[in-house]
Amino acid sequence: MTRSGMPFIVLVVLAMVLAACGDQAPSGNAGASQADESEPAASQADESAAPSEGGEPSGESRLALVQARGNLICGVNGSLPGFSFLDESGEMTGFDADFCRAIAAAVLGDAEAVEYRNLSTDQRGPALQTGEVDVLIRNTTWTVSRDTSWGLFAPTTFYDGQAIMVNSTLTDATTLEDLDGATICVQSGTTTELNLADAFSSAGLSYEPAVFADIDPTYQAYEEERCDAVTSDRSQLVARRTAFANPADHLILEEVLSKEPLGPVAPLGDDQWFNVVKWTVFATIEAEEQGITSENVEETAASSDNPAVQRFLGVTPPDTDPFDSGLGLEPDWVVNVISQVGNYGEIFERNLGAGTPFELERGLNALWTDDGLLYAPPYR
Amino acid sequence: MTTAHPTTSVPIWRDVRFLRVATQAVIVLVVAVVVGLGVRNLAEAIDARGLGFGFGFLTRSAGFDISETPIPYTPASSYATAFLAGLLNTLFVSLLGIILATILGVIAGVARLSPNWLVRQVAAGYVELMRNTPLLVQLFILYFAVFLQLPSVANSLAIGNAVFLNQRGVYLPAPQFGPGAGALGLVVLLALAVAIGALVVAGRRAREGNPIPRLGLYGTLAAIALVAIGWVVTGGPVAFDLPELQRFNFVGGMALSPEFTALLVGLVLYTGAFIGEVVRGGIQAVRRGQWEAARALGLSEGQTLRLVVFPQAMRIIVPPLTSQYLNLTKNSSLAIAIGYPDLFKIGQTMTNQTGQPVPVMLLVMGTYLAISLATSLVLNIYNRRVQVLER
Repeated sequence: MTRSGMPFIVLVVLAMVLAACGDQAPSGNAGASQADESEPAASQADESAAPSEGGEPSGESRLALVQARGNLICGVNGSLPGFSFLDESGEMTGFDADFCRAIAAAVLGDAEAVEYRNLSTDQRGPALQTGEVDVLIRNTTWTVSRDTSWGLFAPTTFYDGQAIMVNSTLTDATTLEDLDGATICVQSGTTTELNLADAFSSAGLSYEPAVFADIDPTYQAYEEERCDAVTSDRSQLVARRTAFANPADHLILEEVLSKEPLGPVAPLGDDQWFNVVKWTVFATIEAEEQGITSENVEETAASSDNPAVQRFLGVTPPDTDPFDSGLGLEPDWVVNVISQVGNYGEIFERNLGAGTPFELERGLNALWTDDGLLYAPPYR
Repeated sequence: MTTAHPTTSVPIWRDVRFLRVATQAVIVLVVAVVVGLGVRNLAEAIDARGLGFGFGFLTRSAGFDISETPIPYTPASSYATAFLAGLLNTLFVSLLGIILATILGVIAGVARLSPNWLVRQVAAGYVELMRNTPLLVQLFILYFAVFLQLPSVANSLAIGNAVFLNQRGVYLPAPQFGPGAGALGLVVLLALAVAIGALVVAGRRAREGNPIPRLGLYGTLAAIALVAIGWVVTGGPVAFDLPELQRFNFVGGMALSPEFTALLVGLVLYTGAFIGEVVRGGIQAVRRGQWEAARALGLSEGQTLRLVVFPQAMRIIVPPLTSQYLNLTKNSSLAIAIGYPDLFKIGQTMTNQTGQPVPVMLLVMGTYLAISLATSLVLNIYNRRVQVLER
């Protein structure tokens, strides 16, 4: 008994020890867990090296971590055409994906050095809190409780509003009041779920919710007529409608239920990294305002003698040191961002604008000089 | 090495008494280290990321809506109420699932041993299909390809004016209890007691060889008469609220959502196949001699199964059956895929809205653990009762 039992016990003990090592790595630091995935053998071998490689959780900025790792882990939706989804060639494309690429270009000089993580609405908060992703760019609405518990919201990249889409083969409703008693599909863990409850109760109306955890079942069930209406950010409704069998049957009501400012989110407690994310967004806006595009950025950098432009593009006037933004990035990081990804206007038009199936207007997402809300602070 | 110890006693690494103590000690040590490391990691990680740890959020207003709740719930209710609603939904679907899966499983298990070729093959096909495909896939198929393909609300299938079936669910009449319903309930209980008492006495007298003719029949008739009189006296306090089609949906009555029905059917079909195999194994483990002896005594096929084989098979069936019940309960957390608001789904939403993953997940895990342990306890007590008493 004892004799035959011994190998088993040894195995169990071994398994436990291994499990203990495995336990330790992810919680030590997200960076370390990333390294583990690519090189499992190495991390098993020098377990003690892992924490120092990942850096003390509070000491080193994620900026150094990302630069050491050589790629940016970006949390995205992955199922939202126009924002982040896989195109025919298997590349992640879209408005949100382009901001992931912009940050990678700023930090690493290479817009393609991005590893995308598809996250559901319920997963995104914890993914950010545990440091599994470096930045979350997943059509996430900026709210005070998320700002204090999930992570720091960089400037809004897309000013959206909640809307309701109705199936016009089932109902002729055109206002919120017309939807009294209707069944409404909504995704759980979203601000839209909360706003829906608020909007109906404040209007004294009733509705039956059908709540799904993932984006695909939500729209699938809606299209199967499980619900009379579906609610989400207007841009999302527009984007998902293009994928329906009969897009013309679905009407997006004019009513705006709420403000939905969507933007990138950086982990809490890392000011340097937050600044990098924040100013990457500002750089795309500033570039559009200055008329700098992916086409002319190299030329502008070479030829411009405007000090503001020179500072912005990291051009060094003769016999001086380059302007130090204090961000910890290369002086010409903006050139990398604009040449590889483009300015805000280019990103918008490429993914959501007139040339796309979504045909979204700039609306609130125009520059402040065009009566929009986009406004970048001075770069100096 | 051994030459260095020219003693005849057993060396310590081969001494069984020492090894026993040593292995226990090693295991205790390893468990303690692993648990300690885990807890330390958790504490450090929570600290490093600034994640608060506490249950204060439970009393705050949840703000989100739940599509079906057995208790009164509005978005203004607390997180604790939302959690309770999720727990009750889980218990409801699990309990109903366990009952139905047991019935289906017993039928499937017996059918697999049927002398009828067709019955046997159908049962085998069902069991193999269900056992060998993932439950999640089955749930998706049931939900999207079966329940959502039912007729639309406007074209509902109807039974009379009372029962409606469409892609938004099953709508049934709901009993409405007026004043006097409590009294009627007491009368019904009394009538039940009379009927059961009569049947019990009749049975006992029959076994003693001293039967009272038609006692059971009279008892039953008396019970029915009692209920009828009670109904008239209390003035018929139970009315039925019929579902009625309004602008968008049926209103009134009781409704079972397609999410619930798909989940229930999925769990029952899936677990029923496993229970079928457990039952078949249990029956086949009863020795051939028992069947033959029962037949020699002149028992029919049904009597043999019911009186001789099943009681013995139960001893083998109950422990694996417990596991199947636990599996069904835990598998109900797949509800999240098709939008039934069970414990896990509400937990996920709470995690998201509060930003407190660790406390919420501990709460969810603890609750599932408690449900499972309670189920095991009940079935273990039952198991002890059906086991052979050693004399």
